[in-house]
Amino acid sequence: MNAQALPTIKLRPVSGWQALNLRQVWQYRDLVLAFAARDVKLRYRQTVLGVAWVIAQPLIAAGIFSFVFGKIAKLDTGVVPYFVFSYAGMLAWNVFSATLVKTSGCLVQNAGLISKIFFPRLVLPVSILFSTLIDFLVALAMLGVMLAVCKIPVTIAVLLLPVWMLILLMLATGCGLFASSLMVSYRDVQHILPVLTQFLLYASPVGYAASHVPSQFRFIYDLNPLAGVIEAFRWSLLGVEKPDWAAVIYSADAAIAVLLAGAFAFKKMERAFADVI
Amino acid sequence: MNDVVISARKVAKSYVIAHEAPKHTTLGEALVYKFRHGFRRMEKETFWALNDVSFEISRGDVVGIIGRNGAGKSTLLKILSQITVLTRGEVDLHGRVGSLLEVGTGFHPELTGRENIFLNGTILGMGRREIEKRFDEIVAFAEVEQFLDTAVKRYSSGMYVRLAFAVAAHLRSDILIVDEVLAVGDLAFQKKCLGKMGDVAKEKGTTVLFVSHNMAAVRALCSRAILLKNGRCEADGATETVIAGYLSSSTEEMRTVIELPPAGRAIARATALRLMTMEGKPQSQFLLGEPWKIRLEFECDGALPHLIAGLGLRNMEGIPLVTWWSAPGDFPAGRYAVEFCCRFPFCAGEMNFAVGISSNERNLYYVEGVGGISVSEIAQGEQPLRAAGTGVLSSSERPAIFPRDSSRESINVEEIATVSGK
Repeated sequence: MNAQALPTIKLRPVSGWQALNLRQVWQYRDLVLAFAARDVKLRYRQTVLGVAWVIAQPLIAAGIFSFVFGKIAKLDTGVVPYFVFSYAGMLAWNVFSATLVKTSGCLVQNAGLISKIFFPRLVLPVSILFSTLIDFLVALAMLGVMLAVCKIPVTIAVLLLPVWMLILLMLATGCGLFASSLMVSYRDVQHILPVLTQFLLYASPVGYAASHVPSQFRFIYDLNPLAGVIEAFRWSLLGVEKPDWAAVIYSADAAIAVLLAGAFAFKKMERAFADVI
Repeated sequence: MNDVVISARKVAKSYVIAHEAPKHTTLGEALVYKFRHGFRRMEKETFWALNDVSFEISRGDVVGIIGRNGAGKSTLLKILSQITVLTRGEVDLHGRVGSLLEVGTGFHPELTGRENIFLNGTILGMGRREIEKRFDEIVAFAEVEQFLDTAVKRYSSGMYVRLAFAVAAHLRSDILIVDEVLAVGDLAFQKKCLGKMGDVAKEKGTTVLFVSHNMAAVRALCSRAILLKNGRCEADGATETVIAGYLSSSTEEMRTVIELPPAGRAIARATALRLMTMEGKPQSQFLLGEPWKIRLEFECDGALPHLIAGLGLRNMEGIPLVTWWSAPGDFPAGRYAVEFCCRFPFCAGEMNFAVGISSNERNLYYVEGVGGISVSEIAQGEQPLRAAGTGVLSSSERPAIFPRDSSRESINVEEIATVSGK
């Protein structure tokens, strides 16, 4: 053993706010991938349809929306069939909600690990991003098939898709980090969260376009940071309903703010996790 | 090489305990309480789980950390393995730290053996390539070759533990922190693991911190021991000395009356065990070879035919050593007691009890792992050569060595015949 190359770990009392230490997460990148692989494998083990569920979930949701909004409320979505319209919205929504739900539960679900072994706790939410992305890509391929069938042309705007994804993931992770830190001490969060996300689903332009919202409610409606980014997301894929750029910029700003707030809350709570969980 | 790899200076860790209002089962009760007592703040008390613990450990040392439950052993390990942060003090660790606070941390029942090896290895801090390199070695150590692609949930518990331990045993780090993970698995495999850990420490110069209740394991592995008591460092030195101090100091703390928890059908239940000397004086620690007595108290709510009370003695690995049964009898409702005498020459060590009551061969009450009794190394009468780690029983017989000459050997055949004929 060569003594000179030994790293030194200094343990000191800590207080107050701390830097995020993303470099440490990078050092643990193998673990990030291992957790992501575990999540993906586990989700579809012992399921008959396996990976098809990734596609089936948004398909079923889009089907329900088609019936409620398309057939009953008779929303007009222009050249794009309503089903494809809501499926695209559902893709964006699933990226947000799946990340939020999984991130919020990541500490409590891994309580056994957290109280028994050290690793940067941020590894857990980061690994969730990978597994969400894999699901997203599969579901996106399905949309590609739909576009081909319906002969909807893909525009150059599709190149902006990664930007919208980034904003969505930042928003979801920010909220998720905040919720997960709270959930360590207050399990109430896990009961409130589904209600809030359900509300948010209808308060976001998933099954309808933001332009369908009556103008007198628009200023309240636009407070939802998801509105701008979901519209932009769908525009990138389908080329319809050009987004309100002010709303998109608002989404981006909110995403940065939410992510920073969530990350620092997570970091501040981090050292207490093992003691209270 | 005598360089210090772990240096802890005045390490302290406090927890805040809130003295909560009594628990309420309904919202109504809670509201009434709040109404009567007002919304004043809960009283908070700071509890120091560790208090000014300082020590230095050099490279290649294998150090045991001992102490009673709640002495701060686990807290110390958690601080050293960075699971929790210290409140005061400083610790410097030089080198890669691997910690095994549990066997199979992160094992997932749905994943296959192969997948779990990679997942668990990564969680323990091994790189993917490192695991690939040791993969065959791990599989061979765990003896699970045929089941590599079977989900771990279908493994027998023995296989599960073996696999989990195999991964852990192949963890290479400069500092290895091990909690009482050895208290699982069969005895033979435990020995294999202990041996593996000892080898690692010797060959690679790994520094090992080992927490255990199992004094025999601490003795076998560690050259130095640290005794913690109430969050403070009570003793630090050669293993034998520290253990001796621990065993003698724990005498007064070990309870002589063991209240038994309720279990099974409530018609009959054991309530207490009382440990005593043959003269009836309460005592829970005995000298090597000293006989002792235990009184089992129980009560029945109804008449019970063919009632038998049983008491089992197990060592800390859970291996049954002996079981006593009372003479059967028919009893009306009431409170009873039975006294068992132990005259076995047990080796030094700690043991606990299993208690059962049956009627008509039907089990009414059963608990195990209760209480504790300790047989100390100091012998009654003649001091044996080795008091512990040589078996469950100690032999007081000390036959003389005789010179082997031709005339003697030929007679020996007859002697053997008489001995075996007994």
